[in-house]
Amino acid sequence: MQETITAFTLEKSARIPKLIADLYDHMPAIESDRAVLVTESYRQTEELPIIRRRSAAFMHILKNLPITIRPNELIVGSNAKTARGCQTFPEYSYEWLEAEFDTVHAREADPFFIAEEDKKALRQVHPYWKGKTTSELAASLMSKEVYDVFMNHGIFTVGNYFYNGVGHICVDYGKVLAIGYEGIRKEAENALAKVNVSDGDYFRRYHFLQAVIESCDAAILYASRYADLAEQMAKSEGDAVRREELLQIAANCRRVPAKGAETFWQACQSFWFVQMLLQTEGSGHSISPGRFDQYMYPYYKKDKEKGIITPEEAQELLDCIWVKLNDLNKVRDAASAEGFAGYGLFQNLIVGGQDEEGMDATNDLSYMCLEASIHVRLPQPSLSIRVWNGSPQSLLLKAAFLTRLGDGVPAFYNDEVIIPSLMSRGATLQEARDYCIIGCVEPQVPHKTDGWHDAAFFNMCRPIELVFSNGVDKGEQIGPRTGTLAELDTFEKFYAAYKAQEKHFIEYMVNADNAVDAAHATRCPLPFESCMVDDCISRGLAVEEGGAVYNFTGPQGFGIANMTDALAAIRTLVYERKAYTLEQYKEAMDNNFGFGLKGKAAEKATEEVAEALAKAGVALNEETVRSIYTSVTTQDTLPADKKAQYRRLYDDIHALRKYGNDIEDVDAFARDVAYTYTRTVENYKNARGGQYQAGLYPVSANVPLGAQTGATPDGRLAYTPIADGVGPASGRDTKGPTATANSVSKLDHGIASNGTLFNQKFHPAALAGTEGLLKFIALIRGFFDQKGMHMQFNVVNRETLLDAQAHPENYQNLVVRVAGYSALFTTLSRSLQDDIIARTEQGF
Amino acid sequence: MSELDFSKVRGRIFDIQRFSVHDGPGIRTIVFLKGCMFRCRWCCNPEGQEYAPVTLYEKDGKQKLAGEDVTAGEVMQTVTKDMYYYQRSGGGLTLSGGEMLLQPDFALALLTLAHRMGITTAVETTGYADKETLSRLLPEIDYVLLDIKHMDPQKHLEFIGKDNKRVLENAAFIAKHAKHTVIRVPTIPTFNDTDEEIRAISRFAASLDGVEALHLLPYHRLGSDKYAATGRTYPMGDIPLISGEKMRRLLACAQESGLPCQIGG
Repeated sequence: MQETITAFTLEKSARIPKLIADLYDHMPAIESDRAVLVTESYRQTEELPIIRRRSAAFMHILKNLPITIRPNELIVGSNAKTARGCQTFPEYSYEWLEAEFDTVHAREADPFFIAEEDKKALRQVHPYWKGKTTSELAASLMSKEVYDVFMNHGIFTVGNYFYNGVGHICVDYGKVLAIGYEGIRKEAENALAKVNVSDGDYFRRYHFLQAVIESCDAAILYASRYADLAEQMAKSEGDAVRREELLQIAANCRRVPAKGAETFWQACQSFWFVQMLLQTEGSGHSISPGRFDQYMYPYYKKDKEKGIITPEEAQELLDCIWVKLNDLNKVRDAASAEGFAGYGLFQNLIVGGQDEEGMDATNDLSYMCLEASIHVRLPQPSLSIRVWNGSPQSLLLKAAFLTRLGDGVPAFYNDEVIIPSLMSRGATLQEARDYCIIGCVEPQVPHKTDGWHDAAFFNMCRPIELVFSNGVDKGEQIGPRTGTLAELDTFEKFYAAYKAQEKHFIEYMVNADNAVDAAHATRCPLPFESCMVDDCISRGLAVEEGGAVYNFTGPQGFGIANMTDALAAIRTLVYERKAYTLEQYKEAMDNNFGFGLKGKAAEKATEEVAEALAKAGVALNEETVRSIYTSVTTQDTLPADKKAQYRRLYDDIHALRKYGNDIEDVDAFARDVAYTYTRTVENYKNARGGQYQAGLYPVSANVPLGAQTGATPDGRLAYTPIADGVGPASGRDTKGPTATANSVSKLDHGIASNGTLFNQKFHPAALAGTEGLLKFIALIRGFFDQKGMHMQFNVVNRETLLDAQAHPENYQNLVVRVAGYSALFTTLSRSLQDDIIARTEQGF
Repeated sequence: MSELDFSKVRGRIFDIQRFSVHDGPGIRTIVFLKGCMFRCRWCCNPEGQEYAPVTLYEKDGKQKLAGEDVTAGEVMQTVTKDMYYYQRSGGGLTLSGGEMLLQPDFALALLTLAHRMGITTAVETTGYADKETLSRLLPEIDYVLLDIKHMDPQKHLEFIGKDNKRVLENAAFIAKHAKHTVIRVPTIPTFNDTDEEIRAISRFAASLDGVEALHLLPYHRLGSDKYAATGRTYPMGDIPLISGEKMRRLLACAQESGLPCQIGG
């Protein structure tokens, strides 16, 4: 049972646990410094073009933002005074934050402390921003009907970029490491020399390049403040070892990121300034380091060959960066925080894969990045690994070992699908081979792409509700009239109605996304970020203005499994067997198939009924509210025959064959249902002249957006989660992981070039020993052989199993395998579940 | 026989389980053949013991029939769905039961069809058959996972329903003629979980010519719900599991034989 993963196992430095302990010492805090500084600067620059106002604000912030070097740090640079603290960005939006001042510390998802003086400071500057934010401009740029649907009908949401910056980019870290911001400044100066006062776009290019120069100067200045601080701290440091470290930190910050890095330590420091400053300039998340093992390797190799660094020392620096990636933080509004819970900034860092020439690119740092995640066991970075036919087994073994620890990393990506997929969107072969992943699962050509990944969540379950209501939601005709139920007398007509509703709302989503896109270009272009993205400097355009070589918008659809099962159920039960009419189907769904609501959904429904009664003048007391709650949770007011009728339909639906069980015709239909989204989305153009490309994944929005979605024809109960990613609906796959993977592989992943997401849950017994890891790799390989694109694993631990005992409804497909015996965990009796839990700890 | 003829051979199964990772090398698909001559008290597949189909009455009130007559060709349609995973892992088809030796023609058809498609084969077996049957099947089996449960014929009879004479005789024959033989010992409290009992089995296993390894399979009661579902009483009652510590001690005892030993398959 014991195995040794000997390749590149390096000791964890004693420094790392201390850094982590300090990081998690306090609840993270919201700080007001940046908001105050950006407002001060904006007040003084009202006559300037926006791009100059942005660089002036960036300079003003970096000149004055409090800086700190935390105890034991080797890599420095924090945009907040307190560990995991965050700054705010009123230029994007601010009203939600002010509304949450008194509740944000107590909310369930991602709470933040906020001091009274910070509240006061923010209250003073916020009024300046009234009418000046990207959010307000986006709202006014949208079609009125679209804005109403976005705000009030929950079919899609563009909320992320509506309220926040975009992020979702991988800049040219390698260039900063090589030539520093002085080098980039030089490039801008050279470009500036080519600008003639008589050029038609003089006004744009000239000011953009000036803004780039000012941004580079700001970054250099900021690093020099750290050099000063480190020197000053060294003077009063009593410990000789730490004093030496502080002096080296000072020397590093004098050198980088102004100039090229001369050592691996400087390369690490330079990388870090890029990473943290991007998140000081704008509020976007998913700013992704990308192929870190590739652009960092030359510096490690050189130092190692010179004998000035040991693998252990390099590992310690990597571990320090891994910790720092968790120091960056961001406050989101309460609703978004639920969708992105876990304070995550989705900084995706990927190792392995091929180089531009198609050779394997794995190097020592690829292993050491995996080792860093094994050492720190923290949520960031979102570690990924590229898999291709020639990936070394030893790298995959180490990745599998990390997977077995149960932290949900790394995610595995398939070069053999992603490379042609990116080429189909215009990348050259060399560029496509150099792809990285942004945020959750989104592939792109690094530092040449403004992918606008994560552009929206599109709930594929809602259009079917609109078919049943002939386009009416909450009493309003928001969708097309696709026919009364009586008119939908063939399945072909029903399916066409679904597609028509879906297309209508995809068009709305496009309108909303383009409005938000244009608002960012107008009000928040980012000159600092743009100076590290090709070809912004030669085009004289910021990323937000279309300066990148490749421009996409990637809205992700989710709910394929539910819609596959739903449309298939309607086809079979209504049109083939004629066992139910559409009217009966609708009635059953309206009554949640005769089931009561649970948890929060029940509380919400009770409130709604109580409010309606109160409005109608009915006097309410505790007892009436309790009886409303009872009827909401038990449906006890439904006549028994009706309830039985709804439940019969429910049982008939659940007896049908479902997506996720390796059934050829069912999976072929899923492919078609996915196409209704992916093939429609790719027809549209964005505000930067680029193409829309679909993703198929929900991050964790399938839970909060599911909570806004009524019962669906696949027998999914009202307000329960929608299926995760491209996987089957919860509990409906019963044939084990290979069958599920085979089903998922039947979708066309290549067309979903904004990424697909396939999660699997695993019981660790299936991964025990080196043999278990090898079988696990074979599972990934087998899925990838069939053109799967992404695979990620939750390895079940004791806590998960205890949670599954408490909430079996969330774990219906959890298979446990013990010594050749396999069972669905939730179907076992309590005492057997306890046996499994006991064995999980013993590791056999 | 031609492939067509093999694929038409009929047999009776009660389950097909994909992604099995503890029953032979790699990722495997187990086909459970119905019917067994033994009645092991701890049996976790009681619905597979009788050749006749058995109705399971499950907790949620649903009924399920265990036992389906199928052709080898139909079974192979499911087995080949995981071809990619076999190729990547060196896995393949495993026949289990019940006891696959009770349906030798069907077993031979499945094993042969698998081999003709380049799929490796394994069987989990008691080895309880005549030598002629074994001789017919062994050339088509890559890995024999052979159960040896006890060295004492009396105790074997008491807990299993038959003595161990034929098992022990055939073990030597199988080990000698099979391509790969692994001895598996279900380690059962009150039956064979003493140091001496495990030592005795391991010594015997090590004495056979051709045994490659020995696996101690810790007792589990995951099949106990199925006794209730078939209206039977679980013969092992509430006997607790063996602790991890004790399993490791028994492993050490087994290792004294000199065979490579492990806990779990």
